[in-house]
Amino acid sequence: MPYPKPSEAALPSSDHSRSLFPILFGICFAAAFVGSWQLAQIQPGLLFEAEGRRNMARFITGMFPPDLSLNFLRFLVVPFFETIQISVMGTVLAIAIGFPLSLLGTASLAHAGILNDLEIAGSPGRRLARTLPYVLARTVMSAFRCIPEFVWAFMFVRAVGLGPFPGVLAIGVSYGGMLGKVYSEILENLETQPSEALQATGASRWKILIYGMLPQALPQLVSYTLYRWECAVRASAILGFIGAGGLGQQIELSMRMFNFHEVVTLILILFLLVAAVDFLSARARKAIV
Amino acid sequence: MTGQTAPATTILPLPPRSGVRPATLLVPAGILALILWSWHGTRFDLIGLLSADGRAQMLTYVQRLFPPDLSPDLLRKVAYWSLETFAISFMGTLLSVAVALALVFFASRNLVFTGVLFEVDEAGRPIRIARIGVYVVARALLNLLRTVPHIVWALIFVFAVGLGPFPGVLALGLHTGGVLGKLFAEVVEDIETQPLEALQAAGASRLQIFFYGVLPRVLPQFLAYSLYRWEVNIREAIILGYVGAGGLGQQIQIAISLFLENKLLTLILAIYLMVTMVDYSSAYLRRRLL
Repeated sequence: MPYPKPSEAALPSSDHSRSLFPILFGICFAAAFVGSWQLAQIQPGLLFEAEGRRNMARFITGMFPPDLSLNFLRFLVVPFFETIQISVMGTVLAIAIGFPLSLLGTASLAHAGILNDLEIAGSPGRRLARTLPYVLARTVMSAFRCIPEFVWAFMFVRAVGLGPFPGVLAIGVSYGGMLGKVYSEILENLETQPSEALQATGASRWKILIYGMLPQALPQLVSYTLYRWECAVRASAILGFIGAGGLGQQIELSMRMFNFHEVVTLILILFLLVAAVDFLSARARKAIV
Repeated sequence: MTGQTAPATTILPLPPRSGVRPATLLVPAGILALILWSWHGTRFDLIGLLSADGRAQMLTYVQRLFPPDLSPDLLRKVAYWSLETFAISFMGTLLSVAVALALVFFASRNLVFTGVLFEVDEAGRPIRIARIGVYVVARALLNLLRTVPHIVWALIFVFAVGLGPFPGVLALGLHTGGVLGKLFAEVVEDIETQPLEALQAAGASRLQIFFYGVLPRVLPQFLAYSLYRWEVNIREAIILGYVGAGGLGQQIQIAISLFLENKLLTLILAIYLMVTMVDYSSAYLRRRLL
């Protein structure tokens, strides 16, 4: 069978716009680059100026030797455990916020798919009543996660005072939004046959969720939650900078006091903590999946 | 959990139905203990937060946020600050890609000292040790970049080059460079070995194998990871405002400290818009470019 020559083959219409895309992309990229270079006040020369170099040298020489005195280490025990506690509690709160929201925000549970199609067919009122909570839940989740945890922490520090508690709330709210979004994505992408079978037997929506959906989804849900916990450990260290307790608060103090040899110790501890948590969570995930 | 059925001739003994082994109970108990310990340690005051008093306080705060300050003067400034934050995230991401690309190929063991390419290696012992040394140094450097939180990098660079968005760009670039470098290295180490083997069998030099066997396979994934990190970086660029890197973060800090709640809501809305926009363009580009 003779193949048509390339020129004879009808090109799909999208290929026309495809040829324009690289040019448009190039222009946008160049504009963003030039504009950002100016706005971000990029001046590589600054890195090589005498004063900057002196400051860097002071910083680097000040880092050594790291402060490993028993006194300082003992002083770090509480912030160290506080960082872990904030991450755990923050993740727990995030699950408590994210899971209910995700159920409302799962299209296949809330307003579409086989569980709903028959029941809402030809009834705009019922359709609206089911779509509205879905849209609301999605909006709340997206607001929770689009505002960075740092901004949340700032507001919660104002609201409940300094300490680990605002850190927990900040992680809980922003990670609640992220967990909720991913949970509902996981729930939406499940096999629908088990739900269909359960529905045919007359099972209620709760039973369909518990017996048809969660058993399928659980490994993925737990695995993603563990991954978020890893992120929460890092985040809780950062949030300390704005007074939300933990190691970050200590890093900030040591930075401000120019005690760079303490900063090195703190970063070392943070590294070990993050590595340990990564290891633990990877092991747990392997055990589950 | 294997779905096999036992052959009809043999009767397999049933697994002992001891669903409650002590070890299986230990995990939930441990998790519960961890949670209780954390609850206590973080002074998690749910009752206080949800009490009538706590709720009233939160409600007043939320009410004070409204209406957002939409005066043209502020909006103009917010637009500028948003662009500044965008610029920090954009330049920071580009720098991080440069940093990661500079290190990744030295930090991928299958390109440096092991695997198909080095199976029939005639190089002497010192050269092999030197290769492993290169790998270890590159990995250590990536770990260092990644471990130091970007906010600490930012403070370091504020020392070096003064306040402003530039230290923010450097901080994002180095920290994210470490993150991307590690992700990139995983991509490189996971590539299929057959194309490399075929190229090697055809007599291609290592450099040729790199350009024709490795790069074409890894670049799309590099791009996907970079775009994904850009989404993260737009959020981190906001955080960096706190240490004087300018942009929306700094203004948020000012607005919260000075109780300018209406202005705060405008800024939060701007963040929401920015983050959503970057998420969408990143997703769009990933679809288009890959």
